[in-house]
Amino acid sequence: MAEPAIRPPLALLAELTHRCPLACPYCSNPVELTRASGELPTEIWVDIFRQAAAMGVLHVHLSGGEPASRRDLVDLVGAARDAGLYTNLITSGIGITADRLAALDAAGLDHVQLSMQGVRAEIADRVGGYAGGFDKKMQVADMIADRGIPLTLNAVMHRHNLDDLPETLELACQLGARRIEVACVQFAGWALKNRAALQPTRAQVDAAKRVVAEARTRLRGVLAIDFVPPDYYADYPKACMGGWGSTGLNIAPDGKVLPCHAAEIIPGMVFQNAREVPLADIWYGGDAFNAFRGTDWMPETCRSCDRREIDLGGCRCQAMALVGDARAVDPVCRKSPDRGRVDALLAEESVGADWSYRRFAKDTAPAE
Amino acid sequence: MSTQVDLARIPALPRGVRLHHDRVRGMEVLLGPERTLMLDGIGHAILSELDGQRSTGAIAADLAARFGAPPEQVTGDVVAFLQDLADKRLVDMHDG
Repeated sequence: MAEPAIRPPLALLAELTHRCPLACPYCSNPVELTRASGELPTEIWVDIFRQAAAMGVLHVHLSGGEPASRRDLVDLVGAARDAGLYTNLITSGIGITADRLAALDAAGLDHVQLSMQGVRAEIADRVGGYAGGFDKKMQVADMIADRGIPLTLNAVMHRHNLDDLPETLELACQLGARRIEVACVQFAGWALKNRAALQPTRAQVDAAKRVVAEARTRLRGVLAIDFVPPDYYADYPKACMGGWGSTGLNIAPDGKVLPCHAAEIIPGMVFQNAREVPLADIWYGGDAFNAFRGTDWMPETCRSCDRREIDLGGCRCQAMALVGDARAVDPVCRKSPDRGRVDALLAEESVGADWSYRRFAKDTAPAE
Repeated sequence: MSTQVDLARIPALPRGVRLHHDRVRGMEVLLGPERTLMLDGIGHAILSELDGQRSTGAIAADLAARFGAPPEQVTGDVVAFLQDLADKRLVDMHDG
């Protein structure tokens, strides 16, 4: 079967830094974090934004780590906006002062996505590993509302807070958010290390689905709800990244260009750096981006499946993490010969277990 | 604030939702939070009329006149299109 032409990317996830005051045990950053000294300087990011816009990227998601840890954040937002990109700041709120928010607003920031670790200080600060974080976040949310900057809450959900979903939706409405992402933890990066401490139970997942279905009707026109269910409990895999190398690209703090944020766990894959290679060459010609494009790479189970254009082969990093082979069928899929491993993990885990916080290597400490 | 579209109310793009000419793909798009809508000619024509002044009914009447189309049909299309966007919080409705 002929592969279709490669389409231009729609979105760029710019991981400006791995520095972060929080230490959430489900962080999507790689376990090997890049230190400040390895981060791209302002002018390289500015050039990346121009290249991305010229390639057809429409949205830039300024993320991290905590992007407010970058002293040049306001300049970066202004540069992205000047390049013609829709600018979305993905932040914990920590480090966003009133003055800084005013400067971001003046620089043309389009939208803020504020992470939520929990609906109460007790759980939120324990998950984030940062005392006082919840109260600061609430102050930032109020400042965002006062300025009228559009707000999405990104509520990361797992066994310790999924039961609070109704209160989470209520909080989003109170804060004036137009949108909420109910993002159940995806097990890559630090979350994979901490899976046993975070995996929700089936009863929690079933309840969450009912809450979302009811709220979508009740809150139509008030709060748009995106729901990312926990995929180990699903029958078919998630269409990860909307298809490998089809929709978006990630750039790590050191300039490495990745098809997805977890792709570094796949051995043998070489990632080009935006310091050295034009972005368009990486997107269209890079081996990493071409590795799992389209359907030709798929195992026979996927290639002959009538869901191949729906699931797009699922998640390669999940196949790597659970089966040890990035080319295997995503083991979440009911048709995978390895589905039994996922069911065994669900049976063993989702009880007990402490997590370890996401920190730079030197100060790794066990959970309290 | 209700997001019910009716002919007397005034539709507007809220902050953070904007029209954009996509030079690379050669098309008009609507950009919003984590959303990109590729617009066809009709969608773009409707959204280009949102000026925060005219009501849904006035916009539909103007479009019907401009395209020489039956007003009832245009009105139905405009209301349905705007209601879908309002449900997703991509269009706000204001009372005149």
